[in-house]
Amino acid sequence: MGGGRVRIGVTVFPGSNCDRDALHAVERLGAVPVELWHADPDLKGVDAVIVPGGFSYGDYLRPGAIARFAKVMAPLEDFAFSGGPVLGVCNGFQVLTEAHLLPGALLRNISMRFVCDRVRVRVEATDTPWTAGCEAGEELALPVAHNEGNYFADPATLAELEDEGRVVLRYLENPNGSANDIAGVCNEGRNVVGIMPHPERVSDPALGSDEGLKILGSVLLGAGV
Amino acid sequence: MSVRETYSALGLSEAEYGRIVELLGREPNYLELSLFSVMWSEHCGYKNSRPLLRRFPNEGERVLQGPGENAGVVEVGDGWALAFKMESHNHPSAVEPYEGAATGVGGIIRDVLAMGARPVALLDSLRFGPLEGSPDAGRNRYLFREVVRGIGGYGNAVGVPTVGGEVEFAEAYSGNPLVNAMCVGLIRVEDLTRSAASGEGNLVVLLGSKTGRDGIHGATFASDELSEESESKRSNVQVGDPFAEKMAIECCLELLEKGLLVSLQDLGAAGITSSASEMAAKGGVGIEIDTGLVPRREGGMEAWEVMISESQERMLAVVEPEKAGEVLRLAGCYGIGGTVIGRVAGHGDLRVFHDGEQVGTVPAEHLADAPVYEREVVRPAYLDEIPDLDPGVLPEPEDYNEVLLKMLAHPNLCSRRSIYRQYDHEVGTNTVVAPGADAAVMRIKGTRRGFAVTTDGRGRHCYLDPRGGGAATVAEAYRNLSCVGAEPVAATDCLNFGSPEKREGYYQLAGCIEGMSEACEVFGTPVVSGNVSLYNETDRGAIYPTPTVGMVGVLEDVGRHATPAFKREGDVVVVIGSGSRVSLAGSDYAQIIHGQVAGRPPRPNLQAEKRTADLVREMVRSGLVDTAHDISGGGEIVAVAEMALAGGIGIEYTEGELERMTAGQGGGRADVALIGEESGTFIVAVPEERWDDLQEALVGFAYDQIGETGGDRLKIGDLVDVSLEELREVYERDLFE
Repeated sequence: MGGGRVRIGVTVFPGSNCDRDALHAVERLGAVPVELWHADPDLKGVDAVIVPGGFSYGDYLRPGAIARFAKVMAPLEDFAFSGGPVLGVCNGFQVLTEAHLLPGALLRNISMRFVCDRVRVRVEATDTPWTAGCEAGEELALPVAHNEGNYFADPATLAELEDEGRVVLRYLENPNGSANDIAGVCNEGRNVVGIMPHPERVSDPALGSDEGLKILGSVLLGAGV
Repeated sequence: MSVRETYSALGLSEAEYGRIVELLGREPNYLELSLFSVMWSEHCGYKNSRPLLRRFPNEGERVLQGPGENAGVVEVGDGWALAFKMESHNHPSAVEPYEGAATGVGGIIRDVLAMGARPVALLDSLRFGPLEGSPDAGRNRYLFREVVRGIGGYGNAVGVPTVGGEVEFAEAYSGNPLVNAMCVGLIRVEDLTRSAASGEGNLVVLLGSKTGRDGIHGATFASDELSEESESKRSNVQVGDPFAEKMAIECCLELLEKGLLVSLQDLGAAGITSSASEMAAKGGVGIEIDTGLVPRREGGMEAWEVMISESQERMLAVVEPEKAGEVLRLAGCYGIGGTVIGRVAGHGDLRVFHDGEQVGTVPAEHLADAPVYEREVVRPAYLDEIPDLDPGVLPEPEDYNEVLLKMLAHPNLCSRRSIYRQYDHEVGTNTVVAPGADAAVMRIKGTRRGFAVTTDGRGRHCYLDPRGGGAATVAEAYRNLSCVGAEPVAATDCLNFGSPEKREGYYQLAGCIEGMSEACEVFGTPVVSGNVSLYNETDRGAIYPTPTVGMVGVLEDVGRHATPAFKREGDVVVVIGSGSRVSLAGSDYAQIIHGQVAGRPPRPNLQAEKRTADLVREMVRSGLVDTAHDISGGGEIVAVAEMALAGGIGIEYTEGELERMTAGQGGGRADVALIGEESGTFIVAVPEERWDDLQEALVGFAYDQIGETGGDRLKIGDLVDVSLEELREVYERDLFE
């Protein structure tokens, strides 16, 4: 990663709407924010990628279902397979499950309502590039804002996730009906993480909290900064 | 169809038709008549309200753009400005609540976008019939649920946070809900865009979605009373596509940033007709449109249908010919349509062609110049028949705990959390104070500054006293901004009224405007944009006259703000008044507990109110106070309960305070003192060690130390003693269950 500042890419799909927020948070971390346009099959040499929240392609068909075919996804998949740190937030999590970079699926909230709230979660795994800066068992208060955040996987997959310690964040108050109160998971290689809560929304004390920087900033530790 | 039947079906009167013939010097064809029909509707032409609207003050030091553009604009400092406007979508929401509300949000976002501003905040003022205890309760619940879903469905997806608003339920709104959406946009002063077309030979480019048959005659529909037939006008309601809007926003902002547009206008009511004729009239030029060039969703559309279609997510831009290629290329990058559909011409006409053949021509200034109906303002009889409300006839409650619990559980006073939890109120990461406080506070990234915004309406009050209610509506907004520490700078409004052709409706409209104008003058908050929604009537009568006011204020240091929540144990709690009389007239207490809508609430003393609000704001700005709230519906007891619940900290009134209040402002009645309503009164809380400083700041003002924060109960003398847990249980109810 050379001697320069860490470069963190943020994908921008049509309909992404937390892209600017993620770029702003990256800037606050002291890393270099890099916009990754959906139609551009180029990761521009970034050290890590955030797939941000929003309603990519209007969430039409299914959230994330169309975005996974965007041109930027091919190099992103290669990056993920070769161990590059990738974080999917909210719609980004949905995109990563649709792309099969993460197991499971995000169903409609059990309330059948959009939910925007702040919820307490527990950090269950700290051996990922996106939680290395947290303490195991640490509790964070993070914002959620989604219509489809109800994590679902078949029992065998759920058992595997639990056995392998791949549940990264767990709700202490489940806002959407997720199986096993799962708020975030990682892939087998642990480099790809998907979470429903929005760390970029709590990355500035001016808005009342910067707890989200613990998650976003974790990637800098692995990067040797 | 005879000529008479045709123009009547289009909502034009015989006199109006005659005037059209006179202006044109000939009979109009159907297309031309359609153009007049939509442009001369109340919704577009303000033909009944224009003489009254002139009353509003609309100038001020910070005003960069007053009424007449897509949105008003005020300067906030550091080179930043705010563009904002509020608009109604009542009729569409009455027949198709989800799409009606969603497209209301979409439309107001485009108004702000047309000024060149990035939309950064949404708010909504809503009114419905009661959710329970009404013959229409089932329908009211459906409308409420779907309107809230529609607002969230659009706002959440488009990525603009919904940060505030208000809702009330009353029988007067059964069958005729009110859905008023407000948008605030942020823009650099030098980037302000306007809509006047200019430059003969410049091209007219349609950006965004394709044009379909949705929303044909929507503006005319919105300017009529609701009836059984309205249901059949469901096809007049447009369908929203927030994804297309999101792309249109990003595309237009990039086009403006690159200096590729001469002017920009959104397509709202009356579609291309209204946008093109307004752009032409403002620029003193003509515009030629070829409807054959307009990308359509369906085959066989007539030229007039294309001209007045209200298909959503479209913008109209004037572009210099040499820049058109780049404009269309960028539109393609964003995946939205971009098509040259006409050009700016030297004549002053809106000329319509279809595949090259002229199918209609009308001077643009005539379309923009709807006839004006000035009516006599006559006091309607009902105002003199409203009985006075003598507290003596209302039984004093035996159990105040029970009264408080019942008040806090009422849909008009309970927590709005179950609503705003369905709105993304944080996207954009600018929301400093989220919904639930007196006003939303937003930061402006890259500066220390912020702005605050609130919407308020007082329909019942305006019904009982239009002029006083109008003033009180503005006063409430002024107080709400002051409570969070913002300096109110300007207002927008939605005037929701019944038929202006009836004595009651016209009088209420005139009275409310008078009261609002007086207050805006005293407060120095000009009205810079707004919208009129008349004919809010069903076969059961008119709605409460309900002007809603959206007001924005500026914070020089966004970190110095206050919220209602009690923040510490042991804080001194102080009520600061402006000398207003406490009264049960028109109060929530009289209605909720005693079932009475009667009496005339005392009119606010605007000067005294301003002085007090300005004091509270100064105390917040100086950092002395971080906990402030105004007393509104439900009086002091509800305000105190809200502060305790928000902070999770209780309060105990000082010994003897209840007796003093009862004997004083209560005139011997504890309910009047505690639950009666007044204007211009605030509650603040400060730590014990700041008490001396507070007293010093309060010299010359009427104030009263009522108690101290602490514990987990609300205790007032021997009358009220209830745990926060019990209060929370009723207050935090889910309004959708």
